[in-house]
Amino acid sequence: METRKWLVLVVVGLMLLAVWPVLAASPAPSGKLEIFSWWAGDEGPALQALIERYGKLYPDVKVVNATVTGGSGVNAKAVLKTRMLGGDPPGTFQVHAGQELIGTWVVSKRMEDLTSLYNQEGWKKAFPTGLLKLLSTQQGIWSVPVNIHRSNVMWYVPENLQKWGVKPPATWDEFLAVAPALEAKGVVPLALGENWTVTHLWESVALSRLGPDKWQKLWEGKLAWTSPEVVDAWKLFGKVLAYTNKDHSSLSWQQATDMVVKGQAAFNIMGDWAAGYMATTLKLQPGKGFGWAPSPGTGGAFMMLSDSFGLPVKSPNREATLAWLRMLGSREAQDIFNPLKGSISPRVDSDLSRYNAYLQSAAKDWRSNAIVGSLAHGVVANERFMNDFATVMEIFLSGHNAEATANAAQALAIQAGIAH
Amino acid sequence: MRSRRDRLIAVLVILPSLMLLGIFVYGFIGQTLYVSTTDWGSGANAALALNPETHSVGLGNYRELFTGFLDIRFRQDMVNMLFFTLLFVVASLLLGLLLATLIDQRIKGEALFRTIFLFPMSLSFIVTGTIWRWLLQPSGGVNALPALIGLPAGRFLWLSDRSQTLAFNYQKLPYYLVVGAMVVLAAGAIFYLARRRYRTAGFLAIPAAVLLAWVAAGGTASYNVLAYPEPHGLNFALLGIVLAATWQMSGYTMALYLAGLRTIPDELREAARVDGASRFQVYRHVELPLLMPVTWSAIIILGHISLKIFDLVFAMAGPDNAPTSVPAISMYLTTFRGNQFAKGASVAAILLIMVSLLIIPYMVTSLRPRSAK
Repeated sequence: METRKWLVLVVVGLMLLAVWPVLAASPAPSGKLEIFSWWAGDEGPALQALIERYGKLYPDVKVVNATVTGGSGVNAKAVLKTRMLGGDPPGTFQVHAGQELIGTWVVSKRMEDLTSLYNQEGWKKAFPTGLLKLLSTQQGIWSVPVNIHRSNVMWYVPENLQKWGVKPPATWDEFLAVAPALEAKGVVPLALGENWTVTHLWESVALSRLGPDKWQKLWEGKLAWTSPEVVDAWKLFGKVLAYTNKDHSSLSWQQATDMVVKGQAAFNIMGDWAAGYMATTLKLQPGKGFGWAPSPGTGGAFMMLSDSFGLPVKSPNREATLAWLRMLGSREAQDIFNPLKGSISPRVDSDLSRYNAYLQSAAKDWRSNAIVGSLAHGVVANERFMNDFATVMEIFLSGHNAEATANAAQALAIQAGIAH
Repeated sequence: MRSRRDRLIAVLVILPSLMLLGIFVYGFIGQTLYVSTTDWGSGANAALALNPETHSVGLGNYRELFTGFLDIRFRQDMVNMLFFTLLFVVASLLLGLLLATLIDQRIKGEALFRTIFLFPMSLSFIVTGTIWRWLLQPSGGVNALPALIGLPAGRFLWLSDRSQTLAFNYQKLPYYLVVGAMVVLAAGAIFYLARRRYRTAGFLAIPAAVLLAWVAAGGTASYNVLAYPEPHGLNFALLGIVLAATWQMSGYTMALYLAGLRTIPDELREAARVDGASRFQVYRHVELPLLMPVTWSAIIILGHISLKIFDLVFAMAGPDNAPTSVPAISMYLTTFRGNQFAKGASVAAILLIMVSLLIIPYMVTSLRPRSAK
């Protein structure tokens, strides 16, 4: 009898031991998580740092880092679309925050609402309201921003400007006033690159004419593209273009920045990834080797763009994806990622001591300026509009006719569902 | 008995590839044609929903491509493609023929030259495109060449020049088509008139005269495709693409021509020489005419490559460089960047039709059984 009791006890004990891990495990995510992005080149190390942190927090999840190369995700987006149409969504994917996500994936009911995650993590207070507005629709909040880049920045080399006797212009009128003198010295007043950088320049010029409020109204369909202010912005844009390098469409954005660094050009309007390029690749000291100012006429406005991740409907591993998103929004993860990527954290409480001089100044503006979204980088307009805006730009470039261009833009805005 | 079993086995052996072709080629062609008649992705509706809601619009997408206000890029792309095809095919044929003729002179080291000329063909268009993008940079490569011999460096913007030549008004497309038809008819009439076949000449001359009267009276104006003038023309920036494509494919045409030259029996040349023909006369009146079938095959092969060209332009100038864009690129962008799947499918269908116009007559003539001749 005694031995029998013992035997039962031992067997029960062994069984308990066997099921112990199952009982003890909190609902910690496990399995595989596929992270789809276009961060393969210079941005690779920053993504890798995030994945390493995730691995420490959730060691049971095996992360599959699926990248498709090509700047701004040219190729990645096409691959993602074929996968989604084929019913094979990745765990989570990189997407420009704002309309590029909303106009393509949210209206197609392919994303899950993250409002509850935002509430749990207190992100509604951690992120500026201007940003939240651009990330949400009335139905919910759709992605977690990892970084913030600024689009409306003008770059220059302080030493060169001193040599030429010019100051960074605060308005486009000031720019147009000094440009002929620069040209006479054999200096290109404004360096420009390939086609998307033309749209990039346009949004800075348009923002200077419209101001943050009207810029926002333009995208809400409350300001017509044919209104005098917008036509005026196109006219100003034509005047500014006259002072750019003629061979621009053969140059990458880096080559345009190089023109400024080498003293062939005075200014360049480019997003603040140019700061990362000049500081990291060209080893220039922020503030000394290169200087910056808001692009003319846009002081007090922060035109932002952001990479973000969301939760696709039928994500193969929902728990692991939610854990990834929860980590992405945290202060720690953002302060690991952004100094490496050369961008700032969207959070208003990030640890500024980890960032370089340029990024600190950008973060200061981020917390105080009016926040508006970028067109060239997918925040304010859906992909349909962005794709055909290239044609609108082409119409302008071939004839410099502001009215005809404004009409084309209005027709496009109606077709793309932005204006009515 | 035996032949019946053979036939059964033959059918069984062919069946898998027939099924695969049926599904993955013809099935998807059918699917694309169907999609091109819907409104999938037009407007702001949810193009990427799991089950996108689509409606039939008939040929609406095609009408929009040829007459829509915002589809001006597609029309310039078509013009680019036609000019590219013309220039590329002619340049490759001439250069290929020249190289083949030179190599056919039984020179020393023939095999070496043949390999050198043929070598570019072994590269993919992406590689060619990347190499030539570097060579055609505004301040380097080809533009720097004159500087080597003391001349001022070139300043031509090979891939981004915005000037055009041979511009025509697309609005008046019907006018150009009618004038073209008239010229063909009139040429035919003159041809038969010279051969004293007055009846046939008259049959051609009368419609030509009617068309002339109609055009002169401005009859085509009411058929204008657009309400406003829209100029299109040959972009100078295309020349860079033509250069790279010719560099890659002229070696291949050379190989075709060389094979053609080598199959001409020596007896024909000897007979001509016996008749007192000079070396040039042999070339002009014996060899060139016998090379005509090779020329036709080369035109078909080069033509369908250039109508579908995508990768070379994508690698050389990028997808957003409008002066060098072609329909295959706008198809990719409309579909995968603009989410307009139906319109992208329409562009694909138009490309398919154009390639078929080239390929099908060739297939019919080359597959026709010998006995039928």
